Amino acid sequence: MNLSMRWLNDYIKPDVPVKRYAADMTMSGSKVELFMTEGQELKNIVAGKVLSIEKHPNADTLYICKVDTGGDKPLQIVTGADNVTQGAFVPVAMNDSVVFGGKEIKAGKLRGELSEGMLCSLSELGLSVNDFPYAREDGIFLLGDDCEKTVGMDIREAIGLNDTVVEFEITSNRPDCLSVIGLARETAATYGEKLEVQPLSVQAGGGDVNEVISVEVKNPQLCTRYAAAAVKDVKIEPSPRWMRERLRAAGVRPINNIVDITNYVMLEYGHPMHAFDLRHVTGAKIVVRNAEDGEAITTLDGVKRKLSPGMLVIADSANPTAVAGVMGGEFSGVYDDTSTVIFESACFNGASVRSTSKKLGLRTESSSRFEKGLDPENCMPALMRACELVEKLEAGIVCDGFADVYGAKKERTRLTLDHAAICGLLGLEIPESDMRRTLKSLGFEVDGKQVTVPSFRADVECGADLAEEIARIYGYDKIPATAIRGLADGQLSREQKFGRMVSQILIAAGYSEIITYSFISPKYYDKIGLPKDSTLRKSLTISNPLGEDTSIMRTTALPSMLEVLAKNYHNRNAAVRFYEIATEYAPQDGEKLPREDKKIMLGCYGAGVDFFALKGCVETLLECAGITGWDIEAVQHDNAFHPGRCARVAIKGEELGVLGEIHPLIAENYDVQAKMYAARIDFRALLAHSNPEKKYKPLPKFPAMTRDLALVCDDDMPVLLIQKEIEASVGGILEKLEMFDVYRGKQIGEGKKSVAYSLKLRALDRTLTDDECDKAVQKALEALEKKDVKLRS
Amino acid sequence: MAFRPYDTRDERLLIFFEVILLKDMLNQIEQQAIEALESAKSEQEIDGLRVKYLGKKGELTGILKQMGGLPAEERPLIGQLANIVREKIGAKISERFAEMKSESVKARLSLEAIDVTMPGKREAMGKRHPISLVLDDITEIFLGMGFKVAEGPEVELGYYNFDVLNIPKDHPARDTQDTFYINDEVILRPQTSPVQVRVMNRQKPPIRIIAPGRVYRSDAVDATHSPLFHQVEGLVIDKAITMADLKGTLELFAKMLYGNDMVVRFRPHYFPFTEPSAEMDAMCFVCQGEGCRLCKGEGWIEILGCGMVHPKVLKNCGIDPCEYAGFAFGMGLERVVMRRYAIDDLRLFFDNDERFLNQF
Repeated sequence: MNLSMRWLNDYIKPDVPVKRYAADMTMSGSKVELFMTEGQELKNIVAGKVLSIEKHPNADTLYICKVDTGGDKPLQIVTGADNVTQGAFVPVAMNDSVVFGGKEIKAGKLRGELSEGMLCSLSELGLSVNDFPYAREDGIFLLGDDCEKTVGMDIREAIGLNDTVVEFEITSNRPDCLSVIGLARETAATYGEKLEVQPLSVQAGGGDVNEVISVEVKNPQLCTRYAAAAVKDVKIEPSPRWMRERLRAAGVRPINNIVDITNYVMLEYGHPMHAFDLRHVTGAKIVVRNAEDGEAITTLDGVKRKLSPGMLVIADSANPTAVAGVMGGEFSGVYDDTSTVIFESACFNGASVRSTSKKLGLRTESSSRFEKGLDPENCMPALMRACELVEKLEAGIVCDGFADVYGAKKERTRLTLDHAAICGLLGLEIPESDMRRTLKSLGFEVDGKQVTVPSFRADVECGADLAEEIARIYGYDKIPATAIRGLADGQLSREQKFGRMVSQILIAAGYSEIITYSFISPKYYDKIGLPKDSTLRKSLTISNPLGEDTSIMRTTALPSMLEVLAKNYHNRNAAVRFYEIATEYAPQDGEKLPREDKKIMLGCYGAGVDFFALKGCVETLLECAGITGWDIEAVQHDNAFHPGRCARVAIKGEELGVLGEIHPLIAENYDVQAKMYAARIDFRALLAHSNPEKKYKPLPKFPAMTRDLALVCDDDMPVLLIQKEIEASVGGILEKLEMFDVYRGKQIGEGKKSVAYSLKLRALDRTLTDDECDKAVQKALEALEKKDVKLRS
Repeated sequence: MAFRPYDTRDERLLIFFEVILLKDMLNQIEQQAIEALESAKSEQEIDGLRVKYLGKKGELTGILKQMGGLPAEERPLIGQLANIVREKIGAKISERFAEMKSESVKARLSLEAIDVTMPGKREAMGKRHPISLVLDDITEIFLGMGFKVAEGPEVELGYYNFDVLNIPKDHPARDTQDTFYINDEVILRPQTSPVQVRVMNRQKPPIRIIAPGRVYRSDAVDATHSPLFHQVEGLVIDKAITMADLKGTLELFAKMLYGNDMVVRFRPHYFPFTEPSAEMDAMCFVCQGEGCRLCKGEGWIEILGCGMVHPKVLKNCGIDPCEYAGFAFGMGLERVVMRRYAIDDLRLFFDNDERFLNQF
């Protein structure tokens, strides 16, 4: 909302500089975005009188003027325009001046003749013919009778381009502040003054309005009020300069007196109005009704629009002439030869206007106001103001009376002023008399403890609303800053702590955190080779996505990780290691909401990473997370991974996650030539198996014994089996089992491998004897023998 | 040389000469030994000199043996002298050995010198995402003030996000142009407020939580917009919570996050779920309130939205607004992160380029 300070001054004159005004209004709840003075850019441009004009001696299309600008002697100025006449008053950009757009003007020579400045057109002042309809777009602006023709006067003052405009950001609950009067009321309350609105007066005399037009409202739910006035003997002409200036300051283009009046009233009273030509109201009857099935209307913008029965229209006895509160039809305006004008000042249901405007894809100044919910009580003042202006502008003769269809009048909200409750809520003691004064200045009626909410404040419904009204005018800055009383147990949950620990472990392991979108393209499932019948393909679909790439909620975060790896690879980052604790969204049968699982995603490529580096990281994670009893064993069930380089993490057969090298064909889908590795581990399963309890084990008092074993087995035997066998048979005295070599070669034989282990044996309560150790090892060898694992000879 | 007995007088004279001779010899040995030691070039050479002068068959021992022929009263004198010479030579030997060792260590160390400007060997450490870094900071601040961290679903019922929060059916916030829909009932949460609703539904006051998390809005990706971003919201409910508590808590938060010099203001605003509502602005870091390009001339930068929980919302969540009151607040995380690290493009957060992530 752009507020003209000159217009505001009709109602109230805040006695502070505009910067201060902007700050004060912001702090009382009407936020000022910016303020500016019109014509700020213009410098050193004055009104001048043309004393003489001669042809330029060296150029056919140029003229040399002598212009009086109030200086010691007239200036000589060369111009190309042909509309300058002797005695005319013109805007003169003098030497060292700035015109609209920031262009600097300096004295110089034009075709050999001195030109001590420039005569300006409208556009050089930032204006158009809408501002001064008598001026020519392509010529010099010859000041008319509505300008001050004083030689040497700053042009801004001479033509009235010196208003200050304050731009407010009005919140959606305050449509009443989208008006000069609304902001004047806020201004008055902010400065503790009283707002005076002059009573409206209409002379009329054009005969009974009811003989000109009749109104029928068929849907009073959606049209709570429809008021109309008629104006006869209309003379369509430009509106006066003061009105054009104010409209221009508010950012509205002046058109003609009648249209300008409707816009002026909308800006002043905050109520959209409509003016139309009686000739186009068939049957001289206005019917407010729902659109009929199959009905259509061509709106003012020339677009033919299909209407549906949920939409409210203004119709004559035959056809819709306007979409209620949104836009008029093509014949619903006023024309140069219009003689009788009907003013509409109605109130339509906000939700209905909003849904209609949405369905039609048509948002207008009118619809955006109506959809916030307007005050039906404001219809009549707006209509009367329009008629008053018609008379002031001598634009026609107003008919007597108004056609006013007003259904059930809404009860005014009544609230109790609970002084203690308000002070309690704010944490600030405010005298009750101050509360009353503030409420009154905002238009509330206060009678003892009873507060009656003005009709234009539909947003005020309860005591908390009154507290806000009082607090914002009193000043939020006067509320003290206190600490919340009482103790509270502020700490992270076990799951949150676990999440932080996982992050710390992975960061220490060299993995950097990434954050990826939760939505992916359905094509990504093909890209990772997900089988057609995989349950992971059943994902939630966003009904209004931004695009296909972000249209479904991922059921696996693997594609997100691979996209990031690929992007880094294509950005020529040589080696990367990433992790994410990613959410996945799995639809659940019979549930409205999906299951939201968290997965620890790991991904890497480049020098220094291979399967075992990734596995090492996973092992570190499991160990640091306090998880025991896990196995990492080969699996082939996931198409995304290399079938020979994929494993799962399991505890007693329960799969916690998979890790491995990305299948080379899948990597090809991402156009990545490097080997990529990834892991996907269930965060909550890990949490469930983690043991946060740590107990100290005494440091050993007795020495350890070591035994090394070189074992020969089939090449394809997983070493995990050997390890398990040794662990099982050696039992409790096995402190540490370490594999230190694998050898394949002729001495061992085709299809065989030799695996070397170092066993560290220790008892906590005694020194082990060689005999004990040998026996334990012997037991292990016998068990291994049964699995076809032999001691290397 | 042998001594023969003479008469007493002769003998005395002879002894006199004998003593002088021995003294002379000792001085000579000392001088020779010191000279030899001085010019010795190696530890072996010094060891040879030690044997030569101080050994069992060494020169000094030889002199001492000759002392046997002297009368008893003369012996201590020569013995004393011989000991002094032995000590002096011994000390010299030690000194020379120490010198030699220090030189040889020096020589070895000089061979072992390295170029310390060669690159260090680093353990590859990962980095935390900048959004998480700042979120961790914010979380710490609120943990310290007794808040817990609440979480809730990202795919959420519209009921928890709109109806309960006093956002009516026809409110613009429900537009499909703002919110992603799965179906009529289910949305991607456009704010973390439904988490607060769920907490209020299941927990009796007192409540002190923050609800950080991912939120979704139907905004096309550009330098300042993303369809997915992060919010931190907070909620406090208890008996006799006041707007002064809101100001105290959030002012303290701002000072802890941005530094003690931070000046904030609370400006009236509108949210459907709070009443009274406010926005907290921070005085512009650049112009100190004068108005500059960063703050678009306003002198202040909006930090967060807040307000006293609307009585309707409390009631909708089964909390009696006559007994309890509370305040709520919410802020976008990305903007805080961008300001802290001077990041000018939101897309960087979700591009996850290693060269970006590595900087934090």
